Amino acid sequence: MDKQDIIAKLKKHNLLGRSGSGFPTGLKWEMVRKAKAKKKYIICNVSEGEPDVFKDGFILENYLEEMMEGIKIALKTIDNSSAYIYLRKDYYEKFKKKLDALTRNLPITLFKKTGGYLAGEETVLLNAIEGKRLEPRMKPPYPVQFGLFGCPTLINNAETFYCVAKIAKNEFLGTRFYSISGEVKNKGVYDLPENWPIERVLEKTENLPAFDFFVQVGGGASGEILLPKELKQKAKGQGAIIVFNRAKTKPEFLLKKWAKFFLESGCGKCTPCREGVYRIAEMAQKENIDKKTIQDLFFVLEETSFCSFGKILVPPFRSLIEKIMKKGK
Amino acid sequence: MKKIRAVINNKKIECQKEQTILEVAQENGIEIPALCFHPDLNIKAICRICMVEIKGRKGLFAACATKIEPGMEIITESAKIKKARKINLELIFARHRGDCELFRLAKKYKIEINRFSFRKGDEPVRKFGPAVVFDSSKCIDCRNCVEVCENQGARFLEIKGRGHLLKITPSQKQTRDCVYCGQCIIHCPTGALEAASNLKDVERALKNKNKIVVFQFAPSIRTSIGEEFNMPYGSIVTEQLVAGLKKLGAAKVFDTSVGADFTTVEESGELLEKLENQTGPCLSSCCPAWVKFVEFYYPEFVSNLAAVRSPQAILGGLIKTYWAEKQDIEPKKIIVVSIMPCVAKKYEIQRKELEINGLKPVDYVLTTREIACFFKKRKINLKKILGEKADDPLGIPSGGGVIYGASGGVMESALRTIFDKFAKNKPLRIEFKKARGMEGIKKAAININGRPIKIAVASGLGNAKKILEDLKRNPKLYDAVEIMACPGGCIGGGGQPMPTNGKIREERAKALYRIDAKKEIRLAHHNPAIKKVYRDFLFSKEKIRLICRTKYFAKRREVI
Repeated sequence: MDKQDIIAKLKKHNLLGRSGSGFPTGLKWEMVRKAKAKKKYIICNVSEGEPDVFKDGFILENYLEEMMEGIKIALKTIDNSSAYIYLRKDYYEKFKKKLDALTRNLPITLFKKTGGYLAGEETVLLNAIEGKRLEPRMKPPYPVQFGLFGCPTLINNAETFYCVAKIAKNEFLGTRFYSISGEVKNKGVYDLPENWPIERVLEKTENLPAFDFFVQVGGGASGEILLPKELKQKAKGQGAIIVFNRAKTKPEFLLKKWAKFFLESGCGKCTPCREGVYRIAEMAQKENIDKKTIQDLFFVLEETSFCSFGKILVPPFRSLIEKIMKKGK
Repeated sequence: MKKIRAVINNKKIECQKEQTILEVAQENGIEIPALCFHPDLNIKAICRICMVEIKGRKGLFAACATKIEPGMEIITESAKIKKARKINLELIFARHRGDCELFRLAKKYKIEINRFSFRKGDEPVRKFGPAVVFDSSKCIDCRNCVEVCENQGARFLEIKGRGHLLKITPSQKQTRDCVYCGQCIIHCPTGALEAASNLKDVERALKNKNKIVVFQFAPSIRTSIGEEFNMPYGSIVTEQLVAGLKKLGAAKVFDTSVGADFTTVEESGELLEKLENQTGPCLSSCCPAWVKFVEFYYPEFVSNLAAVRSPQAILGGLIKTYWAEKQDIEPKKIIVVSIMPCVAKKYEIQRKELEINGLKPVDYVLTTREIACFFKKRKINLKKILGEKADDPLGIPSGGGVIYGASGGVMESALRTIFDKFAKNKPLRIEFKKARGMEGIKKAAININGRPIKIAVASGLGNAKKILEDLKRNPKLYDAVEIMACPGGCIGGGGQPMPTNGKIREERAKALYRIDAKKEIRLAHHNPAIKKVYRDFLFSKEKIRLICRTKYFAKRREVI
């Protein structure tokens, strides 16, 4: 296939990156292709590190060839390029043999992820491969201009490469992988249309509860809390849907769980994140939450954080407090 | 360079392409508070205090990290900005105790200092040798010190841990040590790093009726301390400084630049000897942080260091021998206090090998900031004081002794003397402009009697490291090397007034060259004061060794 063709096709399908941020894939490919450099890199990010997100593992298990095909197309499309597959530790251990066989004679290097959740962020990932401290880099410059070892770099999620392979073969049906978990009968990963409302996804998979419930959508830490009446929208982020039984779930427990997760995942670089997350965790331990103070923390996290980590951690806390905890407090 | 037009707070401004919002605001007198920003360092954008708004764009932007674009409309004060700065300051404050730039901002943004409980109470205060104190309870993790320590080739200060457990801490590695340059201090926005103070010792000495306190002041102080009294950068205040020290109770005030003239004579002699015997490059040795750097990180070069004492050590030694004899004072009664731009000088005076008959040549070192603080405490204002001349017989230096305070000055002074003494190709060259200026590394080949002397001048230990690595590969690359640990030389020293940055360093250095240009005597060995001392006192090799020479040693880690 011609180099232009695949990019045009990605654009035509309006494929958005599946990492959670949803950047148009075709545009990203074009930027890296057009960047002037002697050397370029392609990175396949298979490092999902958020609770209740397990679709990258599902792809490795079931669609490894498609993912590899997507990477190969990228290698062909982008001149002077070589690739890395950036794998979560357990995925690396489990799939190393298979991947070694599939990457033989190809300019592809496997890389075992060294850090936790944050090390999946694209610029932290670059630092990880370069052996630097696991922290986000300043943007701009963006990785498409100045990425791995200073070269233009295309970073896409495993699922995105899978989609690229499907699009190239004209088999793409506009679906995405949903990781469904929590109080459900049929936990698992489902390949369903990306524009379906959350409700329909739950119905189709026979996971729509009969009891009073709420869901967390996106990821098991950064996902927003949605009430049953809010399920007419499509799933955001990494497409995880976690169902909670309202009667059985203690919101305080969730607050503590998330706070612990973010506290342990943060890098400590910027003030709002290093200090703000610490304060949220401190407050999560208390009986009563000082509403004004926590709103102030949300404000600086969303408005002044260095990278998106500080911004994406706010919605779960805010939505839980506003929607679930408002009564009686 | 192409100009860009933009708007800040409804005011039209013009600036260069690639400039950041913070830079342009500062140039236009618009204050944007910033803690982790320092013009010497990389942009880190991590304190998140310099947040501003840009019309038509969502959210807040870090002014230090955002480049101005044509037509951009920037707002630096709004309710939203104020709120963000205030909350982030509150969060930072819960990591900090003490008086500094933070307090000024705290007042301005009316923060509630107690909303978040202090979370750093049990961190110990650490001392790095006799030079630097690190109070972690004031540290706000801005990382300026870590970067500067890395730039200095020491990598002694490190980031440890992640997330809320992150902290700045001295390395535990035995292969790393503090070289006491103090660059971390002048890049710290919160006073977490400071000079180990000897002010109380000096106050006590001044009160002691059985002691005679003699002050000396380094070349670079005369063009920097004026800043502490709101005088413009590069103000020359030599005589005001002398008068101020007299007011504090100094029995005598001598000029360390006279000591520098002795250093020049001795060092130029050694340089010629090394050239003659072809014993490899001669490295300057008057900067104690550089000396420590060689002793610890590059011990293989210890024998290349000129075995000459630094100006303060020679002058201190002469005060306690030559001057004491002349005045018929028991040397034990004399307390010599050096006013230095430097914290490593506090380390230097503790060196055993400098002792003369069991006495240290210098008893205490105060930094420029410490003495300024002392002046202010005693309500002595250098801006208003009537100047006085430094005392005889060690009070009048040559121009060469004055330019010691700027990178290249030691080399230039040595070359002046060498040329005058040995060169047949006269007329005499006085100025060696290739040694001057703010570049980190300066190189030149100077022809003397048909023989080229290859020189290198470097400031900043990162640059020093490059020179040493070059010399490792090719020992014949340079014949004479001058190194100052601090960028720009002593005028950028770790004991100097804050702020210190590129522009300020340049002004301080220029002023030193102005003093030199006006001096009648610009060659160290022409200075009648030192001629007299050589004639009357330093007439034997024995005496010269006792007062002017020293030794260096390979060192192991000293900081515990």
